[in-house]
Amino acid sequence: MYGQGMDAAPNPWFSWDYVERNWDEVSDRLVIHTTLTLQAVLIALAIAFPLAVLARRIPRLAGPITGVSGVLYTIPSFALFGLLAPFTGIGRTTVLIGLVAYALLVLVRNILVGLQGVDRDVIDAARGVGYSPCECSSPSSLPNALPSIIAGLRIATVSTVALVTVGVVVGYGGLGQLMFRGLQSDYRAQIMTATLLCLALALLLDLVLALAGRWATPWLRGRAS
Amino acid sequence: MGDAVAEGTGIVSTIGDAWDYLTTAQNWTGANGLTTPTYDGGWRFAQDSILALGLEHLWLSFAAVTLAVIVALPLGLFLGHVRRGGGTTVVVANVTRAMPTLALLTLFAASAIGYGNTAVILAAAIFAFPPILTNAYTGMADVDRDIRDAAVGQGLTPWQVALKVELPLAIGLVAAGLRTSTVQTVATVPLAALVAGGGLGVIVNTGLATQRYGQVLAGAVIIAALALTVDAAMARLQRTATPAPLREAAAAPA
Repeated sequence: MYGQGMDAAPNPWFSWDYVERNWDEVSDRLVIHTTLTLQAVLIALAIAFPLAVLARRIPRLAGPITGVSGVLYTIPSFALFGLLAPFTGIGRTTVLIGLVAYALLVLVRNILVGLQGVDRDVIDAARGVGYSPCECSSPSSLPNALPSIIAGLRIATVSTVALVTVGVVVGYGGLGQLMFRGLQSDYRAQIMTATLLCLALALLLDLVLALAGRWATPWLRGRAS
Repeated sequence: MGDAVAEGTGIVSTIGDAWDYLTTAQNWTGANGLTTPTYDGGWRFAQDSILALGLEHLWLSFAAVTLAVIVALPLGLFLGHVRRGGGTTVVVANVTRAMPTLALLTLFAASAIGYGNTAVILAAAIFAFPPILTNAYTGMADVDRDIRDAAVGQGLTPWQVALKVELPLAIGLVAAGLRTSTVQTVATVPLAALVAGGGLGVIVNTGLATQRYGQVLAGAVIIAALALTVDAAMARLQRTATPAPLREAAAAPA
């Protein structure tokens, strides 16, 4: 198509034939990509939540906590994998640590905004009904912080799906592995298949989270978002 | 790509190797200077010199951000001024967030654009585009209705309203968008090494391929330092560009 010689092998941008023949490998990569993403976001959430609650409870810690996660976020993923590789080896662990580090900032920030955004009156009312300050940050505040947390989870998840591909640097990039090999062997359909699956995965996970958010915050339904 | 870190690569020795790499003068200046001649009589940045790769890194980032600014800034300012296309800017931002940089890079490299720095600049420019567009749009569109009405009431033309009323109020957000996009571009350019482009990613990539983990560490530290420096510099610029009364309001990053 682009000035290829007559004898050049066909190099289509997409081929069902490729997908069918290589479905085992493609689906393996897809599964790795998906589990890596979910694992990273869940671990990041498990770390971000206590950090955000801590920052909310002790405002003096809010600066350092968002500051450190901000610095982590500014370090390029390529460099972070490079920093970790000499110590955590080449493979899944390194990629997972890097992904968690990136998801952390978005989650901490959004959970913090959510918790801080809880109306003073709501907390006063909760205290009035007899909740202790400690309980205030769970049963009554959480539902109010939920929209912001869901928004953070959606951003973190979608970015993580894209970021997994950078793992090729240390040989563990999920679908990115297919993109990289497609480039090395100059086979466009392989790159395109991996790209489309990445986009589809991000879209699907985003949709699931959006629906889960709708389901978890029934009182917001019908309000303009 | 190697398959496993060699056994016995101790943490201490890796850090020592990284230090050696960083303190060897020739690693900074290159064995044969900062440039290498190419077959067609031109030149390219030497791929064995930290300084040359650093310059190439900055050049690639600058080219990408400039391209993005040329397209996104006027478009965002215009759309914000007429308050149209807000939904589209959000969609653009979301789609590019889901699009892996590596995907775009490899697709470009496998297309007629081919391997090398052109593919890198184009891919990085596409990712630099949304923050500038969204912030320019939001900055202009969020200017208070009353302020615009007052300006129109005083007899200002739409052009004057845009340039003398809305733009000064939007400039803080515009600068914030430029900062986000620049820092992100500096962070994206290392991936160039995977498609035979230049920039500092080459140090890490070569180190991994040859299993010199000290070099990998050193390269990663240099890239991280560059990203943090650029972020700090852009933060200063953002502060300077924002009129004092607006600084408080613009403090939250977009």
